[in-house]
Amino acid sequence: MKLVLETKNINKHFYKPKDFHVLKDISFGVKEGEFASIMGKSGSGKSTLLYVLSTMDTDYTGELYLGNELITGKSHQELSRIRNKHIGFVFQFHYLLSEFSVLENVMLPAKKLGEKSHVQIEQNAREKLEMLHIGHLAEQRASRISGGEKQRVAIARALINDPTILMGDEPTGNLDSHNSENVFTIFKNLKENQGLSLLVVTHDEDFAKRTDRIIEMEDGKIFKQ
Amino acid sequence: MINWNVILGIAKTHLLTKMKSTATATLGVTFGIGAYITLVSFMTGLNGMLDDLVLNQTPHIHMYNEIRPSPNQPVALYDDFKEAFNVVHSIKPKQNQKKIHNALPILNYLKKQPNVKGATPQLRAQIFYLSGSIELGGNLIGVDILEEVRLSNIQDNIVEGTPEALNNNDNGILLGAGLADKMSLSVGDRVQVSTVAGNIFPLKIVGIYQSGIAEIDNIQSFANLKTVQRILGEAENYVTDINIKLLNIDEAEPMARRLEKQFNIKAIDINEANAQFETGSDIRNLITYAVSITLLIVAGFGIYNILNMLIYEKMKDIAILKATGFSGRDVQLIFMSQAVIIGLVGGVLGLLIGFFLSKVIDQTPFETEALPTISTFPVNYNVLYYVIGITFALISTFVAGYLPSNRAKKIDPVKIIRGT
Repeated sequence: MKLVLETKNINKHFYKPKDFHVLKDISFGVKEGEFASIMGKSGSGKSTLLYVLSTMDTDYTGELYLGNELITGKSHQELSRIRNKHIGFVFQFHYLLSEFSVLENVMLPAKKLGEKSHVQIEQNAREKLEMLHIGHLAEQRASRISGGEKQRVAIARALINDPTILMGDEPTGNLDSHNSENVFTIFKNLKENQGLSLLVVTHDEDFAKRTDRIIEMEDGKIFKQ
Repeated sequence: MINWNVILGIAKTHLLTKMKSTATATLGVTFGIGAYITLVSFMTGLNGMLDDLVLNQTPHIHMYNEIRPSPNQPVALYDDFKEAFNVVHSIKPKQNQKKIHNALPILNYLKKQPNVKGATPQLRAQIFYLSGSIELGGNLIGVDILEEVRLSNIQDNIVEGTPEALNNNDNGILLGAGLADKMSLSVGDRVQVSTVAGNIFPLKIVGIYQSGIAEIDNIQSFANLKTVQRILGEAENYVTDINIKLLNIDEAEPMARRLEKQFNIKAIDINEANAQFETGSDIRNLITYAVSITLLIVAGFGIYNILNMLIYEKMKDIAILKATGFSGRDVQLIFMSQAVIIGLVGGVLGLLIGFFLSKVIDQTPFETEALPTISTFPVNYNVLYYVIGITFALISTFVAGYLPSNRAKKIDPVKIIRGT
């Protein structure tokens, strides 16, 4: 099966406060339509790896491919564009822009991409919100809705540009079990109905066990996948 | 690719949701620019008025015979002492007539020059004004009054009577305001003047002259050229001064030098005559600009501060914008456009406030004995100052916005999102 994301020998050091080899020779891939999770203790480097994969962190050695295209070494400008178009990101905290309405939050990345008309973007955004059962919140200010709803808005925002891969950094870490279950169901549906690839860093063993593949990390190395 | 709609949309939302900070920053610029416009309009208005007061009384070129020692003493002509070191004691000024030699041909020559607006003859006479047994020393200037009216602002200084009345009256005099005051005389009265030689003439007061400079008004009066020539018992070609008005004031200096050589006469140009006055104007301008620029810099720091705070507050928003695909430059443009919007709105408001305050100053009564032609404060509405004002507003907000926005550009989203 085709790989949407692949790494070859990724190494990363933290130099402050002292030299620390945080990622050691990471080589793995995520297949198309695969729902993978990364598990590990804190400090095992799993989040660090995710941020390298997200193209936000460029301070590493090795090679990163996204859909067979070499990403490593591209300029920040190009990386921004790649993130915008191909990568959806869901964080532990929702990180919505509190001054904007829910709808505007979802629309923003698409407006930045600028490939569709405003009307079309708005329609897409409403569809995504409907799909996540929060269509009725569209006009609310992002600061006025509950935590679970915010996380769903964040997922809608991650999906607006129909990315190749959705990445999550403990997307359920801040939610109660009911909302966690909700988010998991959403991810599962996305994989099954739309063939989206997902890569999620999590602490939650129950969550991880229900994914297609668990990548376990310890001391900056993948020791089981 | 820069998507201005999105960037300006975000900038607008930031500005509107932080209305208080936005208003503070904008008002900073507004007051800075407003104060600059008011100050510079008022100051240059005053400067212009003072310049007019003094400079318009001075002709562009003033020609007269100067009393001075001859640069070549007779001993220098004596061949036997050619190699010697000659010391001459008690040098006296050269014996010289006060009148300008060949004054009428010179006048005709000057009037034919293409760059000369006009040339007027004057005759300055030392006289005494007689009031009973009291003699007041002073000057009587014989002028071609209608030419003077055409070429200088003498009409503004004639506070009573008209120049035509003088022209029509062979024995008329425009009496200095200070003199009229001292001798309790008014238009229609007669005043007796006595020449240095002791001849007494009665003259009819047809007008009062007030320049606003007390020293002049206390001693100086005007009469027709012919009248003064008659009082002094001189011929019609007796002229002591020639005043020249040029079409272009910048030609005054070279022309004065040329005339000096051509007619062997002293010619003073306007810059030479008013050198210290220029210095005064320059210093006043300097002060105006120093104060204005200080105001604008303070406003600039206000913007810098507020944007800095805004960027601290919006750290997470910046990180998320970057994570969802906005580049560092997009983020920088978002904050830059906020600064420039503040500058533009504040600047335009400042111009309006400045214009309004200038209007108020312009309407404020300002009546003083010294300035007969002025009834309100003078204000200079030069468009250039408004252009400078808005330009400076934009530049200062641009600079004030650049530094914080550059920081926003460099924010590492990973650090913010991971909270390290």
